[in-house]
Amino acid sequence: MPAFPQAAKQELANSQLRHNLANATSTIRHKRAEVVGELDDWAQLREAGAAIKSHTLSNLDTYLERFEEAVTAAGGTVHWARDAAEANRIVVDLVRATGEREVVKVKSMATQEIELNEALQDAGIDAWETDLAELIVQLGHDTPSHILVPAIHRNRAEIREIFQQEMGKVGTPAPADLTDEPARLAEAARRHLREKFLRAKVAVSGANFAVAETGSLVVVESEGNGRMCLTLPETLISVVGIEKLVPRWQDLEVFLQLLPRSSTGERMNPYTSTWTGVTPGDGPQSFHVVLLDNGRTNALADEIGRQALRCIRCSACLNVCPVYERTGGHAYGSVYPGPIGAVLTPQLRGTTSEVDKALPYASSLCGACYDVCPVAINIPDLLVHLRTRVVEEHRGWQSKPMDALMSMASWVLGDSRRLAAAQKVASLSRRVIGRKGTIGRLPPPLSRWTDARDAPAPAEETFRTWWERNRGSDSR
Amino acid sequence: MRVALFATCLGDTMFPAAPKATVQVLERLGCEVEFPAAQTCCGQMHTNTGYRKQAKSSVRTFVDAFAGYDAVVAPSGSCVASVRHQHAMVADGDRKLGRAVAEVAPRVHELSEFLMDVLGVTDVGAYFPHRVTYHPTCHSARLLRVGDRPLRLLRAVRSLELVELPAAEQCCGFGGTFALKNPDVSVAMGADKARHVRETDAEVLCAGDNSCLMHIGGLLSRQRSGIRVMHLAEILASAEGADR
Ligand code: SF4
Repeated sequence: MPAFPQAAKQELANSQLRHNLANATSTIRHKRAEVVGELDDWAQLREAGAAIKSHTLSNLDTYLERFEEAVTAAGGTVHWARDAAEANRIVVDLVRATGEREVVKVKSMATQEIELNEALQDAGIDAWETDLAELIVQLGHDTPSHILVPAIHRNRAEIREIFQQEMGKVGTPAPADLTDEPARLAEAARRHLREKFLRAKVAVSGANFAVAETGSLVVVESEGNGRMCLTLPETLISVVGIEKLVPRWQDLEVFLQLLPRSSTGERMNPYTSTWTGVTPGDGPQSFHVVLLDNGRTNALADEIGRQALRCIRCSACLNVCPVYERTGGHAYGSVYPGPIGAVLTPQLRGTTSEVDKALPYASSLCGACYDVCPVAINIPDLLVHLRTRVVEEHRGWQSKPMDALMSMASWVLGDSRRLAAAQKVASLSRRVIGRKGTIGRLPPPLSRWTDARDAPAPAEETFRTWWERNRGSDSR
Repeated sequence: MRVALFATCLGDTMFPAAPKATVQVLERLGCEVEFPAAQTCCGQMHTNTGYRKQAKSSVRTFVDAFAGYDAVVAPSGSCVASVRHQHAMVADGDRKLGRAVAEVAPRVHELSEFLMDVLGVTDVGAYFPHRVTYHPTCHSARLLRVGDRPLRLLRAVRSLELVELPAAEQCCGFGGTFALKNPDVSVAMGADKARHVRETDAEVLCAGDNSCLMHIGGLLSRQRSGIRVMHLAEILASAEGADR
């Protein structure tokens, strides 16, 4: 996987992708703005959301213990997983203990993050994604490119292709006369999935929220397939990041308003499922929660970085991000793409790899993400914070020319006499390089500017000189 | 009123027309403008690229140069945002510098803010008989929240025809060193912005930040579009009978 700048370049060349994304994100952007505009108390709700999450994160140890007690009291079992390998091992062992060879899954970022499907496959267990978009991604041997709409990079014609070629290989085939009408595609998916739902004895889910006081989990979704996963099988295994906690049942009031409006631009999401432990004779009779750290306590240790853990994965920041809109999610090299991915991933994984080092720079700092974030994560400030971390941890890492440029610029700009001297050189260079006031080509790294844009030549006379000539050097 | 001008390093070196125009407008409105010669740069380029230590010398130079002025005005939303929002971040841990920043930063104003909020003027007596479209730069719009101040100033300019820019609020893709670190994405964003500008049939693209104008203008120029880019201050400084 190349780092963002190169990966982005490849994606930019795909004009179909750019078209699909521009359409999808602009539609959802407008929908979101409309329904958010309907609420007079949006600003207060947003503050409440941020405050509840901040409070929980500051007292996470307490709330995690409370959650474990409540789950246990309700007949469930809590497992703790330090990292992806541990979490996968726990889930694989739990499935093996049931004697089953397949599981159905409701869309879950946490299980994508730990690559659970691959781990299950290695253990000889088939995992079937049941969210429509996840199904498209899975059947297409593809990876998701959006938090909420994993197949946002695909259009209807491509989806029809995938269904026709792939469904038959793993279950109920798509009808021979399948068209690319949304209703027909949904129908094909429903038929394909029905067989799997009715057969499955084990389900794996994530959770949008975990309520500490009651030990309840909450899944919010649009299709109802999640609800099938949560109710039909005998065993339910939920993999949940430790940051998903909220203290009280009552807190859901805030988040169930913030989430659907921010994510899909709906006033209320179609399906909200909540479950607490096991209920004899109703739903899964065996219930497990795997609480996942996988880098989260690292993020928690960073006082500024911590706010990224407030994220409720609504994807509003992706949908307004001008960078995401043009590159799509794959370029980020992480299951969390877009602005939140750029700040969350380097905290979870550290900044040693080329991909992770480049992520905090995958933004123009336009600030649109911060404006829409329902829990007020200051993503632009976080990006700057993480860039500082990258520079300090890896002096001279990717771009020696950039380091040299920055050091030189810092020296020049630290003192007005040095700046004035540099300006003299720049003004002189104008005679050499800029005949018409613009510059054609500059050497690297500035060539990255002039390859596609004209650059202005330095002014013939700087403001400083003009001022001295006209007003004299009066003030200080 | 005695006002210190912060020309910004880019304005000083590359685009002196903007600080000059700022002086003209302010003086026309009765201000006494001073140019503290010790000034250099706001340090934003370093801060935003992660070189926070190297930004410190700029911040120190800035607070030294502008300490003691009641008002500082700069023709750049993004530099003003950097002063107000980032200088404290850069000073972090350095108590003395932190105090100096807290003293100076709140008195630094972006041009349109200063004209409307401090001087209380919307009509600055300008005359500019051209078709103009305005790009709200991200830091003016989102960090400073200048809102429609620049538009109201432009609407008060005699003979100026203001045309709306489609998708105006979208970032142009400049983003400081983003333009160098992610040149392909930056250009893709800029190309869409330039296309929208061309759609307006405007003669002039106006904004409150020369940095963004340098990027969009660089693309418009490479495309030989014939559209000029001008800083808001330059348009506000234009007067009947003046050349241009
Ligand atoms: S960072 Fe904010 S806007 Fe982005 S997905 Fe998370 S909650 Fe939503």
